[in-house]
Amino acid sequence: MKDILTFSLIASTIRLATPLVLAALGGLFSERSGVINIALEGKMLAGAFTAAAVTHAVDTRLGMGNASPWIGLLAGMIAGLFIAAIYAVTCIKFKADQVVSGAAINILMLGIPGFLSGAFFLSSGSTPQIPKDHLLPQSPVVIAISIVALVLVIWYVIYKTPFGLRLRSVGENPEAADAAGVSVSKIRYSGVLIAGLLAGMGGAYLSIGQSSLFTRNMTAGRGFIALAALIFGKWRPLQTLLACLLFGFTEAVSIQMQGVYKLPSGDDIPVQFIQMVPYVLTIVVLAGFIGASRPPRALGIPYEKEK
Amino acid sequence: MPKLARDLLFPLIAVVAAFIVGGILILLVGDNPIEAYRLLLGSAVSWPDGIGYTLFHATPLIFTGLAVLVGFRCGLFNIGAEGQLYIAAFATAWVGITFANLSSWLLIPFCFAAAILSGAFWGAIPGVLKARFGSHEVINTIMLNFIAVALVSYFTQYHYKVPGDPILQTAPIGAGAHIARLGKFVPGFPERIPLNVAFLLALLCCLLVYVFLWRTKWGYEIRATGSNPFAAEYGGISIRKQIVLAMAVSGALAGMVGINEVLGYRYRYYDGFSDNYGFTGIAVALLGRNHPVGVILAALLFAALQHGGIYVDGFSEHVTKDIVQVLQGIIILFVAAEAFFKWLVGRRQRVIGTQHVNLENPVIVSKEI
Repeated sequence: MKDILTFSLIASTIRLATPLVLAALGGLFSERSGVINIALEGKMLAGAFTAAAVTHAVDTRLGMGNASPWIGLLAGMIAGLFIAAIYAVTCIKFKADQVVSGAAINILMLGIPGFLSGAFFLSSGSTPQIPKDHLLPQSPVVIAISIVALVLVIWYVIYKTPFGLRLRSVGENPEAADAAGVSVSKIRYSGVLIAGLLAGMGGAYLSIGQSSLFTRNMTAGRGFIALAALIFGKWRPLQTLLACLLFGFTEAVSIQMQGVYKLPSGDDIPVQFIQMVPYVLTIVVLAGFIGASRPPRALGIPYEKEK
Repeated sequence: MPKLARDLLFPLIAVVAAFIVGGILILLVGDNPIEAYRLLLGSAVSWPDGIGYTLFHATPLIFTGLAVLVGFRCGLFNIGAEGQLYIAAFATAWVGITFANLSSWLLIPFCFAAAILSGAFWGAIPGVLKARFGSHEVINTIMLNFIAVALVSYFTQYHYKVPGDPILQTAPIGAGAHIARLGKFVPGFPERIPLNVAFLLALLCCLLVYVFLWRTKWGYEIRATGSNPFAAEYGGISIRKQIVLAMAVSGALAGMVGINEVLGYRYRYYDGFSDNYGFTGIAVALLGRNHPVGVILAALLFAALQHGGIYVDGFSEHVTKDIVQVLQGIIILFVAAEAFFKWLVGRRQRVIGTQHVNLENPVIVSKEI
């Protein structure tokens, strides 16, 4: 066991946790404002596909070279924002059930990338390969520093700025916030849109950072793991970061152990049980076995302004 | 507007609107929407293949649609049908393999029981978690989906695979566990089409769910809990019991997908067989306005699309079968945002209303002022 706790394991933990951190922190903005975000998966898919497609396009058509992944990243964020805007309008303006529209977004985004790549790349659901030196930086040190910086900024925004205070109050008690002159829907729109930006960024990192192309359903449930991390981190930025690192670690371990380590009986160690860890932990924590995890009080309830 | 008309009209508007949006997307990628839709829907009405496969694809969707419906009627959102049907399909295959030598008269009921009870068990878990600890069933069912998929893939890979088989699937079930395909009874209907007795079971379940929810005390209590939990509790109904009961019934219904898949189609458990049946069930229940008859209609629509998707993939230049998923997503969005249509209609009426006043009878306006 000792020799797998190496630098490479730490590095791959950071790499694998990055998309989770981005999506989970995005989800934090939306959920703290009172809007459930099971659509993180769909927003990540939007970001991942758009980032890969745009990076490929500006790289081959415009010859942007090293700048192309950054344009791709921006495009991925905009795609996340666009999907979030649809989600926000259905949930906030038309007061649709948040879980239902979230599920709809996820189903929609399972189809859209395949639909578009079938049309533009004549492939079934994947984008062309992007050359290795035209991807986002993958040095674990650079990533770790940017992630920590981002978490600190988000912590500051949530707890130390007027916007953060409004965001939290809208999520806890929209009536009181409304009475105090805060526009509930404006705050919720910003929360959901920030979630889209960050989740799109997380998706982009998946396709043009960790990988070099988009493949069908490449998030493979990471949006839900991010949601799990958010709950496991009790809707707080620093704890959510730690939860993402923990879940990234379980993924890294399950990848590194595959085929390398054997049980005393000579069988492979079943990776399925390691893969289950985040989900089991989330259920346990939500049930209150390890310190209660209490969601924002107004989570999931559309706000009806009194006339 | 009478209730029945509204129940039919809004889903219809949602479907038409989704097809229009989908058509625009098809136009944008440079294909002909009418041609694509002809392939998508036209292939579903051919005899026997189109109709046979559409009914076959509709079978799991009726089960999962009913599962989501029962949850909704109790005020619960069961996103976990996907996990419940995986657990149940594996359990069904397990019984079919382990007791392969029993006669059909015993083995088939055992397999049915395995599907129903294991589905009910997996569904009841989030029910108990909600009733006992108050944790949200949406999160727990999502988490349990992933746990279910990992669990059955583990058992398939390490314990029930035929050694050397490159495909992740179990050994075949005993021949005594096979249920009949409809080709056996229907003249001119080939047995190669996997439509089987489970389809009739699905229709029967629609009737049973209707009777259960609207004609029994338990069903009444579930609906009372769904429409107003506080009033229900005040009226002496144990909400916690209803939550667990509804989730178990919901899981049992989702579990019956295993009967169609394992006993009537592949005769083994095949890992990853579900084509998002559990999630499509959400669309089916919503579009069917949470009524068993609506569920049948919606399941037929989505099944026809699913079957037609193959033809779109094969015969159109730019459009892939992903259009089915896209249409499904848009349909649910429109159904969820019913207020959107009301808003559209309302705005139109307001505009027309003011015109009426201004143009035809300006006097009234001045009188009011």
